[in-house]
Amino acid sequence: MALTPSDVADLAKLARIELTHAELEHLAPQLEVILDAVARVSEVAADDIEPMSHALPLTNVFRDDVLRPSLPREQVLAGAPASELDRFRVPRILGEEA
Amino acid sequence: MNEILRTTAVELAAKIKARELSSVEVIHAHLERIAAVDPDVHAFLHIDGERALQTATRIDTKIAHGEHVGPLAGVPLALKDVLTYAGAPTTCGSKILAGWIPPYDATVTRRLLDADVVIVGKTNMDEFAMGSSTENSAFGPTHNPWALDRIPGGSGGGSAASLAAFEVPLAVGTDTGGSIRQPASVTGTVGVKPTYGGTSRYGLVALASSLDQPGPCARTVLDAATLHAVIAGHDPLDSTSIDAPVPDVLGAARSGDVAGMKIGVVTELRGEGYAPGVEQRFGEAVELLSTLGAEIIEVPCPHFVYALPAYYLILPAECSSNLAKFDAMRFGLRVGDDGEASAEQVMAATREAGFGAEVKRRIIIGTYALSSGYYDAYYGQAQKVRTLISRDFERAFATVDVLVSPSTPTTAFKIGEKVDDPLAMYLNDLCTIPSNLAGNASASFPVGLAPEDGLPVGLQVMAPPLADDRLYRVGAALERTLVGQWGGSLLDRVPELTVVG
Repeated sequence: MALTPSDVADLAKLARIELTHAELEHLAPQLEVILDAVARVSEVAADDIEPMSHALPLTNVFRDDVLRPSLPREQVLAGAPASELDRFRVPRILGEEA
Repeated sequence: MNEILRTTAVELAAKIKARELSSVEVIHAHLERIAAVDPDVHAFLHIDGERALQTATRIDTKIAHGEHVGPLAGVPLALKDVLTYAGAPTTCGSKILAGWIPPYDATVTRRLLDADVVIVGKTNMDEFAMGSSTENSAFGPTHNPWALDRIPGGSGGGSAASLAAFEVPLAVGTDTGGSIRQPASVTGTVGVKPTYGGTSRYGLVALASSLDQPGPCARTVLDAATLHAVIAGHDPLDSTSIDAPVPDVLGAARSGDVAGMKIGVVTELRGEGYAPGVEQRFGEAVELLSTLGAEIIEVPCPHFVYALPAYYLILPAECSSNLAKFDAMRFGLRVGDDGEASAEQVMAATREAGFGAEVKRRIIIGTYALSSGYYDAYYGQAQKVRTLISRDFERAFATVDVLVSPSTPTTAFKIGEKVDDPLAMYLNDLCTIPSNLAGNASASFPVGLAPEDGLPVGLQVMAPPLADDRLYRVGAALERTLVGQWGGSLLDRVPELTVVG
């Protein structure tokens, strides 16, 4: 399975990580080795096997619909990189052309 | 060394309760030890000394007034830095969370505080629990007290090292693919991964939600069982928490009776790639269990050889989703917010600056495994393999009570040796991963030192879901007999650490 630095750049874009050129060069061969190793799962004949997503047979869990206090606003905002007017302040979301 | 430091958690609690020792005295002794040896060991990312002493004072007062206190009241504990404790930083060993103070306690933390356990600090770990050596911590590696140039295992290397360095008698870890058991194995300590759902994940910063499980770390089997009983049990705040009584781990740890027990040795977890000293001590321990009356049966688990590849697809897939929350918007680091850059650019710049190499590797692998066109071949197939591994366990547990294997293929390796060879690093988790995929209970107990390097070897016990007590039964049997043979705890042989003046 060949993985080029440009493939890694595409994946990094999807994952929202701005990898440097040096990282792309370094990671590509490492990821290729890992992907070759994990591809071993395909050796197992498992066509009729149910996939397992979880260790427990799960059903949804509901709690009683009663009001509970939530965290105070100051505490929620205390860990934010930036806040303003009791809200999270975030960088612009839309581009100039939008 | 101050005798308090070598005393077990259960004995310390008894002495504190009987007012032979004060909790303040006990906490002081441990904080002094941490100040003296942690510059060399680096087990801790944060030491919460002042609050620990205040808590200790309050517990001493409660005892003096004859009030009810918990079973480990006044005893110090180290908490892995992936569990929240309001008022202290939770970093997960990552720059992206450096300095973040969580506004709430994890359920495990809450149970410890309610039981009057004294949390003295947060322990070092591989970034977001990705790693087997604690070298992936953004704040520098932890050193193995047995040999400071060796790794203490990972991701919970800080918790295990803090026990082996006599900095605390108790610690809490989390285990996603072996992060409690592998560090326990290479530091000569006890580490238990409860049945999935046995301990709450509320307030545990998620790595892979279907695999993560908090558990007890200690120097003795009874200490681990006592801590297990404190932190385990149903939690309505965790939707995967098991609503059933906690297995009688304390009774099992006190009994240690393995007569008539059927113990299966997993065929696939030995042989090539296992160090001679690991094989030797494992073989001797199995022999010992046989002389104590257990019946030893060889059990094949043919799909276990596919556990590692399945795990390294499932885990990156889950972690690439879980770590999407580190987006520089609501908490943690934010980089490049110059008023011009878009949210998306800030997000990408922050994740580039805030995540280390291994985290990036796994997020990219996960993104790849979940992308359209590859989903069925990778993630879908890995989930089917997970079913087959689970069936191997079910078949085995139909004939045996527990399974055993070495906990890790080798003893502790040198710091730096495998740091840029991810595949070699992943092999450390070969024996521990199957129990995370299937969700059953599993533990590592010390069984001696490998003759070739004098470093600790661990034996892994795997029990069916909700039969966590069986782990302690086997662990207590081994401990009782081996400590007799060794003439004391294995940890008495940890070299004296240089005490910083």
